[in-house]
Amino acid sequence: MIAMRPILTLTKLTLHEAMRRRILLAALLCGLAFLVLFGAGLHAIVSDPRSRAGMTLLERRVMLNFLTLAGLYAVNFLLVMTAVLLPVDTLSGEIASGVIQTVAAKPIRRSDIVLGKWLGHWLVMAGYLALLAGGVLAIARVFGHFTPPHVARGLPLMLLEGTVLLTLSVAGGTRLSTVTNGILAFGLYGLAFIGSWVEQIGTLTGHDTARYVGTIASLIMPTEAMWQLAAFNMQPPIMRELAATPFSPASVPSAAMVVWAAAYAAVALAIGVRAFTKRAL
Amino acid sequence: MEMILETRSLSRRFGDKLAVADLSLSVARGEVFGFLGPNGAGKTTSLKMLLGLIEPSSGAGTVLGRPLGDRLARRRLGFLPEHFRFQEWLSGREMLEFHGRLLGLGGAALRDRIEQLLERVDLADSAHRAIRTYSKGMMQRIGLAQALLNEPELVLLDEPTSGLDPLGRLLVRDMIHELRDRGTTVFLNSHLLGEVEATCDRVAFVKEGRTVRELRLDDAPSGLEVALRLGDGGRSAEALEGLARFGTRLAHGDSVVRLRVESERAAPEIARWLVARGIEIYELRTVRPSLETLFLEVMGDDQRPG
Repeated sequence: MIAMRPILTLTKLTLHEAMRRRILLAALLCGLAFLVLFGAGLHAIVSDPRSRAGMTLLERRVMLNFLTLAGLYAVNFLLVMTAVLLPVDTLSGEIASGVIQTVAAKPIRRSDIVLGKWLGHWLVMAGYLALLAGGVLAIARVFGHFTPPHVARGLPLMLLEGTVLLTLSVAGGTRLSTVTNGILAFGLYGLAFIGSWVEQIGTLTGHDTARYVGTIASLIMPTEAMWQLAAFNMQPPIMRELAATPFSPASVPSAAMVVWAAAYAAVALAIGVRAFTKRAL
Repeated sequence: MEMILETRSLSRRFGDKLAVADLSLSVARGEVFGFLGPNGAGKTTSLKMLLGLIEPSSGAGTVLGRPLGDRLARRRLGFLPEHFRFQEWLSGREMLEFHGRLLGLGGAALRDRIEQLLERVDLADSAHRAIRTYSKGMMQRIGLAQALLNEPELVLLDEPTSGLDPLGRLLVRDMIHELRDRGTTVFLNSHLLGEVEATCDRVAFVKEGRTVRELRLDDAPSGLEVALRLGDGGRSAEALEGLARFGTRLAHGDSVVRLRVESERAAPEIARWLVARGIEIYELRTVRPSLETLFLEVMGDDQRPG
């Protein structure tokens, strides 16, 4: 466990930094504002007598599920932003300013620096997701007496999505400048996002080429596929079959895509460690 | 003599620019070694290769008996980079704690060491403040404390006084003297010649990525300079030629002739020779060539400000 110590020292510093630099505070305030809005909206809808009167129990469940997924979709968006922006300058910034020099001249491995920072940011991101997604689910539970199905499958998929982006952002920082790194990560995310819609439309209209384009986009960047799969899991079969909402994908990513996403993050981290180890500081 | 640091033909290329061409150095334990050269001569790149921050393109070396870049050797090293920057949101004390833990230190031993160093660099009363509020001098001092946390055997300092006021320079100079008294080896990168003259035992001049000359500062291998201010007769071609036999003529201006001579004994001989020829002497003094003179000689006329 001696070998873990430098990693944990850097993880601790990263957590300390997130706290001290008020990055986390800003993210939490945004999240909190969103939760308040979501709670007020959901409460207004479920307590409106019109939505009580004319609805079957099933319709009401579908509506609540849709609203909860909409809330989680907003959490997904905040998660994507946080995963990219939180660590985007952690390496490139310290390389540019020279802060990294005295750190890397210590009796530690270069990989300790990358892994320690990665772990610190991952913990912050995971905590952020737990808080926001937990908030949405708690609000749905309290105001709507509703919990979507398979939350235990959906949330880890969202976490995996965030992990892929966060890892890309950390790894990119070993070689790229902060701005280039941010643009690349968001660019890839955008590519996957559009690709996923092309795939959905291609599936609905029976265009195979469009489907392939989407699949290729998901291979290049498996983030949107993870959200699709998470949303697919967190709704009852009836809702999926009706394809009644934008959260009911026509083309469902396969389980192999989950393995691909996990491997993607692992390889990105390994490449990042290697690039940083070779780099002149 | 135990060598604490040795390199053989180190080079480093960045793209098509050769930053360090051929660096062969040895530094003995306990020495204060000055690495001198104009800006852009490859000093920082050289130092970073010694620390393992930059991998050499070719060549090899050892630091504290281990190959360059060795992790365990870094345990016994201290380093203050030129453009020292630290996590500015940390307080001075927190920054030292963080660096101490990276060195494998901890507990009461680390806490005591930190307080002792804060006292030494006169920052005990600002140690709780965020580093971003520090002045440049304070930054440099906390940086020095950081470099000494592990009581290193070898301290590498890159331009440690550039940008400091005279008091700050004096403190750095004193600390280097203290380190030498304690037997710590100091490797000092600098282009400030006065500073090097005041602190170093031995210097190497580096030019365009090559070491061009090494010398000990306590012996003066380049001899002495004699400056003469003479009457009219002293400026005749005959007199100048006559003077040349006492040493190398360096320059002669309106009334001053400068000669490079082997030893002090040349001075009375020159005086006798001049008096015998009836040449008036208004001034005759011997000066040790300053490091600056040596620097300019070694670097040659082709150097332009870096």
